[in-house]
Amino acid sequence: MAQASAAQGDTANYRWWGRDLFAFLLRRKGGKRLTLADVITYLFLILGTVVMFFPVLWLVMSSFKPITTLYQTPPTFFPYHPVTAQVPGYPEPLPLVDVRQEDGSLKRMARVGRIIGVEARVIDLEAPSEPPRRVRIENITPVQEIRFDLSNYTNAIDRFPFGVYLRNSVVITLSATALTLLINSMAAYALSKYRFRGRNTIFLLILSALMVPLSVIMIPVFLVISRVGLAGNLLGVIIPPAATPTGVFLLRQYMLTIPDELIEAARIDGATEWRIYWRIVMPLAAPALAVLAIFSFMWRWNDFLWPLIVLGGRSDLATLQLGLQSFQGELNVQWDSLLAMTVLSLLPVVFVFGILQKYITTGIASTGLKG
Amino acid sequence: MEITTSRRLTFSLARGVQQLLSLPLMGALYLLDAVIGSIERLIGHKRMPYLFVLPNMAIFAIFILLPLLLNFFFAFTGGTSIIPENRPWVGLGNFERLFACQDITNVSTCREDVFFFAVRNTFLFVIVEVPSMVVLAMLIALALNRDIRLRGFFRSAFFFPVLLSPVVVALVWKWMLQTRGGLINTLLGFFGIAPIEFVLDGNWMMFWSIFVSVWAQVGFYALILLAGLQGIPPVLYEAAEIDGASELQRFWKVTLPMLRPTLLVVLVLSLIRGVQMFDHVYVLTGGGPGTATVLTVQYIYRTAFEPPNNWGMAAAVSLMLAAVLAMLTVIQLILNRRQTEAL
Repeated sequence: MAQASAAQGDTANYRWWGRDLFAFLLRRKGGKRLTLADVITYLFLILGTVVMFFPVLWLVMSSFKPITTLYQTPPTFFPYHPVTAQVPGYPEPLPLVDVRQEDGSLKRMARVGRIIGVEARVIDLEAPSEPPRRVRIENITPVQEIRFDLSNYTNAIDRFPFGVYLRNSVVITLSATALTLLINSMAAYALSKYRFRGRNTIFLLILSALMVPLSVIMIPVFLVISRVGLAGNLLGVIIPPAATPTGVFLLRQYMLTIPDELIEAARIDGATEWRIYWRIVMPLAAPALAVLAIFSFMWRWNDFLWPLIVLGGRSDLATLQLGLQSFQGELNVQWDSLLAMTVLSLLPVVFVFGILQKYITTGIASTGLKG
Repeated sequence: MEITTSRRLTFSLARGVQQLLSLPLMGALYLLDAVIGSIERLIGHKRMPYLFVLPNMAIFAIFILLPLLLNFFFAFTGGTSIIPENRPWVGLGNFERLFACQDITNVSTCREDVFFFAVRNTFLFVIVEVPSMVVLAMLIALALNRDIRLRGFFRSAFFFPVLLSPVVVALVWKWMLQTRGGLINTLLGFFGIAPIEFVLDGNWMMFWSIFVSVWAQVGFYALILLAGLQGIPPVLYEAAEIDGASELQRFWKVTLPMLRPTLLVVLVLSLIRGVQMFDHVYVLTGGGPGTATVLTVQYIYRTAFEPPNNWGMAAAVSLMLAAVLAMLTVIQLILNRRQTEAL
């Protein structure tokens, strides 16, 4: 009797905790009660989050799967690897299987040789010297374990010139970003802090460049690039895209807020114009420069059409994106290595976003800059 | 005691390495400083702004303005050489060839039937993609604008694909769509549907191209709309509430009219991007199966950069695409001006 009431108390307690947890998770910020609209909002957002995250998570999980379970239907979420054991008398480790015995019980054994038709050959682990027994394949299940194995990654690095792609991507991204920051800020400084003949024309020209997408000028661009000797050259991917109109615009708007008095004071003290730019305006524009640096990094790292046109089929100059594209376009796609390379190529972006997401989202919301 | 000494040692070591590494950089900067300083003495203060805008403008002139003009030259010349001297003048020949059809009602009889397929595919793509994008972005923005928990997390969740490269996005979904071991087919299997060979079905691949493009970009537009929603003065909602307007009425009478300028910008922006769609679809489908998902920009790329390198015809298509984009841009500019006037 006492026991029963204690149990009842437990369930009541449990129910109370459950309700509390539920209320905590779903309570609105103001502490008001949850309405139907709130429930629908949460369902919509949770469903959306799953649709956005799961494909990438699936890719990452798949990249740890061995080729033997990669194409398995139905696939598993976690990366399963076959468990093997060293058996005396056999040079290679043998895959372990659970074999259904005649009495219905399972016995762990090792499989030898190939599966022929519907039969496999297994040996007893306790008596490895005995000749293998034949069993029907529906009576065996391979023994598997979850393991985050890096062999796809090491294979990808061995089998493909991953290092070359990575080097090219890093060189392009870093030098193009440095160049973007330098020349965009120089132009922005001139356009925001000087009055000179032709200033408005130049500003309009830069803004109109925003409206000329590469897709409509790619043929003459290729001609110009090859004429100045930049086709099949990393400089051809670094220099032309560095003069981003978005960057000039963003920095100019920011530099307009720097008080002119500072610049005047420096000028009276005898500073050269270059010194003023380099020593006064640049440090003050640091927040805007940081935002542009993040964006330039993303643009250049993810670029596809421009390197494709400029670098053509030169595999020794290809960036990570071009390398991925060329391997996925092959007749016999080696998904095990390709998945690992894809994960490696998205790591830097995820890393940067993870640290700087606040700046990125506010930067986009306030300026609408992308690509 | 010992710990602090070793720590201090490591610290000074790290600083030494840092200084050593930054030495060449600092040297380069001092050199630049000296060079530009002497140029400034040479040309005088008054001309310095021209020097400041020079690098950026030179790159613009060479790699954007010059190609813009050269595009016309390419469109009206023929041959397979990219060198201008070797290209004969053909007048409207490239356009005539593009529109050479035996029977105007049947695209398959046209000489360049792939061009018409590409235009039709692009049209289909844009007609479905843009409205889905705007509606979904609007729903996401509205949900994120509500007084909810974990708002920052949800915002990042919708936004992060924007930062992934098109190649990675396409590979993520190509892997999802595999017939053997693909997740989509596995999910269909739960409902008793037999696996579908998506890659072999043109209609399916068009659907997935649109889906992937929306998946990758919707967060960007949602963010712009969210900023627009947050710009609506709360006073308007308070006034509507006092007047007894229901939540639905408040949406139709306050939110939508106030958000209209932002919505129009998003609409035109996604139109401009949709018409130019290339990389996501190119990596996902390669234009296939057959020509089912060849879009205009891919047609330009194929015609120009794959043998027999018909630069002229590709440039002719570029010109027509540029005209469409220019039209859309003018619309956007008008809308933008109206938006700034309204504020």
